[in-house]
Amino acid sequence: MGIRTLVTLLVVALGVIAVLATQEAYSLFMPGLLQGAVLTVEIAVLGSLLAIVMGVLAALARMYGPAPLRWLATVYVEIFRGTSALVQLFWLFFVLPQFGVTLNAFLVAVLALGLNVGAYGSEVVRGAIQSVARGQWEASTALNMSRPQMLRRIILPQAFVAMIPPWGNLLIELLKSTALVSLITLSDLAFKAQQMNQNTFKTIPIFTLVLLMYLAMSLVLTIGMRLLERRASLGLARGRAA
Amino acid sequence: MIWDWAFAFEILPVLARAAIVSIEATLIGFALAASLGLVLAVVRIAVPWTGWTISVLVELIRSTPLLIQIFFLYFVFPKFGVVLDAFTAGVLAIGIHYAAYCSEVYRAGFDNIHRGQWEASIALNLSSWTTFRDIIIPQAIPPIVPALGNYLVALFKETPLLSAIAVLELMQTAKIIGSETFRYTEPTTLVGLFFLAMSLVSAALIRSLERLLNRRTMR
Repeated sequence: MGIRTLVTLLVVALGVIAVLATQEAYSLFMPGLLQGAVLTVEIAVLGSLLAIVMGVLAALARMYGPAPLRWLATVYVEIFRGTSALVQLFWLFFVLPQFGVTLNAFLVAVLALGLNVGAYGSEVVRGAIQSVARGQWEASTALNMSRPQMLRRIILPQAFVAMIPPWGNLLIELLKSTALVSLITLSDLAFKAQQMNQNTFKTIPIFTLVLLMYLAMSLVLTIGMRLLERRASLGLARGRAA
Repeated sequence: MIWDWAFAFEILPVLARAAIVSIEATLIGFALAASLGLVLAVVRIAVPWTGWTISVLVELIRSTPLLIQIFFLYFVFPKFGVVLDAFTAGVLAIGIHYAAYCSEVYRAGFDNIHRGQWEASIALNLSSWTTFRDIIIPQAIPPIVPALGNYLVALFKETPLLSAIAVLELMQTAKIIGSETFRYTEPTTLVGLFFLAMSLVSAALIRSLERLLNRRTMR
């Protein structure tokens, strides 16, 4: 879908939320839902940062690390990709305390979602690094660069452009997964919706607003990633021309 | 004692029964996703004016959390007088959610069909139904089977969400065992291991399927 359509969709979604917020049947729920939405955004942002760091670290460890580190990174990626995000969330929340490590729910949420998406992200990073043309590696070797230098100056800036669209999809997945944290007692948007629904049984207004809010958040993220992609590939094209 | 083997073996049969519910939900959900996704992709091509509507619909479904969609179906349907049990509502939500993803996969498959195939079908005066059934779909589906397989695995890993509306699948059963015995370590870990095993096995299956399909198209 083109960026114009996405912006139109975002404007429409925000417009519908704004119009509904003036209706009595809906305005009642707005303060609580917005409160929940703030927590959702917090978890999504921190989780995304962790996911990006973990994705890059795990990919580099798997590709260039010494054997034990490589092995560790592979186990990490397989475990977090192979089990369900909800199972991971529950495991960190209910089982980890049995081993003497008690984390608060917020930390568990950020950790579980960040580690989960980071595992998928490491494959994206790995693929993007491998997609950089061989000649670039060879030229860097010919220029007597050390491996960290090569990666930092030559390879990663080019791999970065190829990474943006798949990372965009992963971060949307992460944003949507934040709804799961409502199941470990955090009062995010999904939790507030559930709670209000149980108290008032006004299912349709509540869930309509919630769906629109998630849609708006996803669209902001998608549009942001599109703009980033456009910017990053502009730089690359200019670099090539010069 | 952190891990109790005796307890782990004691709960294993209960979890195994629950695993069947999870697998049932996966298979029914995926059958729904695969067929509804195909319908969406075909309608989008066969009836051009629906293109915009369908792409907005797909975007809406893909941009909002599955958990909210499950709640929505489970709580909203009774308002219209249709009471669905938790399993049906949950599987329906999962099926519709993944249908949106699958329709994009099918679309990619259709886009890869050479223009000449469409033109030849028109030249032979085939109806659009026959064109799809006999010409396009048989060529478009095999290359996208691995991509669909990945969504099957992804869908399987989403079934624990059904525990949120109290479907007695693996996660819910593990939670019940945990709350009854105050031992969460064994049930939660076993559920995790079960998913890990299933994912690794299916990843290997998809890889060999991919190789098989590659070999066939090479020939």
